[in-house]
Amino acid sequence: MHDLGIATAIAAAHKDVPSGLLPALHGIQDALGHIPPEAVPLIAEQFNLSRAEVHGVVSYYHHFRSAPAGRVLVQVCRAEACKSMGADALLAHAADRLGCDVHGTSADGQCSLEPVFCLGLCASSPAIAVNDEVHARITPALFDAIVEEARSAS
Amino acid sequence: MTVTLYVPRDCAALAVGAERVAQRIAAEACARNADVRIVRNGSRGLFWLETLVEVATPAGRVAYGPVTHADVAGLFDAGFLAGGAHALNLGLTEEIPYLKKQERLTFARMGVTDPVSVADYVAHEGFAGLRRALSLAPAEIVQQVLDSGLRGRGGAAFPAGIKWKTVLAAEAPQKYIVCNADEGDSGTFSDRMTMEGDPLMLVEGMAIAGIATGATEGYIYVRSEYPHAIATLDEAIRNAEQAGFLGDDILESGRSFRLIVRKAAGAYVCGEETALLESLEGRRGIVRAKPPLPALQGLFGQPTVINNVITLASVPLILARGADFYKNFGMGRSRGTLPFQLAGNIRHGGLVEKAFGLTLRELLYDFGGGSASGRPIKAVQVGGPLGAYVPESQWDLPLDYEAYAAVGAVVGHGGIVVHDDAADMSQLARYAMEFCAIESCGKCTPCRIGSTRGVEVIDRITSNQNRPQQVILLRDLCDTMLHGSLCAMGGMTPYPVLSAINHYPEDFGIEAPDRAAA
Repeated sequence: MHDLGIATAIAAAHKDVPSGLLPALHGIQDALGHIPPEAVPLIAEQFNLSRAEVHGVVSYYHHFRSAPAGRVLVQVCRAEACKSMGADALLAHAADRLGCDVHGTSADGQCSLEPVFCLGLCASSPAIAVNDEVHARITPALFDAIVEEARSAS
Repeated sequence: MTVTLYVPRDCAALAVGAERVAQRIAAEACARNADVRIVRNGSRGLFWLETLVEVATPAGRVAYGPVTHADVAGLFDAGFLAGGAHALNLGLTEEIPYLKKQERLTFARMGVTDPVSVADYVAHEGFAGLRRALSLAPAEIVQQVLDSGLRGRGGAAFPAGIKWKTVLAAEAPQKYIVCNADEGDSGTFSDRMTMEGDPLMLVEGMAIAGIATGATEGYIYVRSEYPHAIATLDEAIRNAEQAGFLGDDILESGRSFRLIVRKAAGAYVCGEETALLESLEGRRGIVRAKPPLPALQGLFGQPTVINNVITLASVPLILARGADFYKNFGMGRSRGTLPFQLAGNIRHGGLVEKAFGLTLRELLYDFGGGSASGRPIKAVQVGGPLGAYVPESQWDLPLDYEAYAAVGAVVGHGGIVVHDDAADMSQLARYAMEFCAIESCGKCTPCRIGSTRGVEVIDRITSNQNRPQQVILLRDLCDTMLHGSLCAMGGMTPYPVLSAINHYPEDFGIEAPDRAAA
């Protein structure tokens, strides 16, 4: 099925759930990796909302993305507990190693780098998540190994 | 005979390789014809020892840690299935001082049981509180919560029983229980541990809240950064429903309570209760002005109890053991225990549940063992990213809501983030403003614009552009945010900023006030 067809079907499945918009958006992003801007009017129609309202929700939350990420999504925690254990240097290392800025995607489209505010691993800092899998007590060498494994696996 | 082994499934254990450890143990046992049963328990919260593997022996559970997959063959060689000696052998788990010195009430089952097993939960006092609640009138349940002195563990510390009483008294066709599981504070993980390590305790607490107030539906709003917690909660809820502790006609009492898990989408401000309700209703999570209180007009405009995870998770024990039992822990108006979370630059980071009244110094050194880096501890942020930086001169204060409020600090959710002497407090203050600018919902001006201006002013202070005037401006700005913001996001961002500049002025290039006067 076409991406927009999938998005519409997921929205339709949630339209009668009380406050189903967020679960619908999660469903669409889980299925497609992002929420295509072209799908916004179709989602709005299912929920009997304006396009502006749906766009407002998608753009408000950090979790939702309007463009696909690279196959390897690297999130580096930059909250206080991780900062106290060198998260800033780790983030700089990550940008250097992945070849992209924070919030960016590498030139080959393989890896995306994002900051995250707390993975709940504050006693095992610094922490990262790679494609939703968490890793703690990260050193630059460990970072390289984890990313390399994710690159070759995906 | 089957030997029972415990390998945690808590994500702090998974993040250091617990899955591979479990797999390697299973493979090794198979190769050696050893008969083992591996239970995936929660974490004991001794994170520097993860992966902490426990072996059930006739003498009790023996701990080994931190175990990596590479250690497994050696552990088998050393006879660890019988509790054999090995460099990683820590002795009986319950005798490890870090654990033994705690007063675990809410976290009593943490790491002990299989988190999603109803049978295991019931074998460890689970659902005793719910059974008791079913034998009481709603007002009697609420009275128990009031008498226990339980205050909201999310940070604002409002008495839980008063909220419940308001909802009980409200007339409405539908009422709701909402669990705020949007634990976004850096340095906190007790909600995550509860949802991953003892989710049935939260389920039970919410069911009791429903029975007490007449709410038949509950929502757990969990942050998207916690996928493991969401999966474990879903599994626990299904199991509780099948066993008759949740759903229609709970334990044939004629009472019903349904629970729904909702995934958040990464907005810190949604930890504020009214923003959370907006988000739950499917909108942008923007703060609502109060009144009306959520207790009267909450989710979908109906009366709603909204409490944090640990608040609701404390209720089963209060009902099971009685209000007095709980109230006898703690001091002053801070009753019971708080799961303190030791994080950041600390050697022995983890969860310490103690009655209110111990000191930060005890936590940092007696439990934490000092900094992880081995350097002197310089500043400790207590109570999350909106909490104050507490200097050494205040480390002997009792951890108690009132004592902390008296010095302009907060206990909050019990998160404690340690920084060593390499920390630049001006940069941490700048970060607090930057975080507020990124996460502000935008509804009120002091928070939305004040935070951006705050970053600029701190930059001018640190680069010495009109420094004395800029310091005055920063204090003025903090005052505006403190008194003019609609919620704690903008209203408390000045706590870390002002505490940094007051206690560590040299990091901003200014002299301490007392030295200036001398």
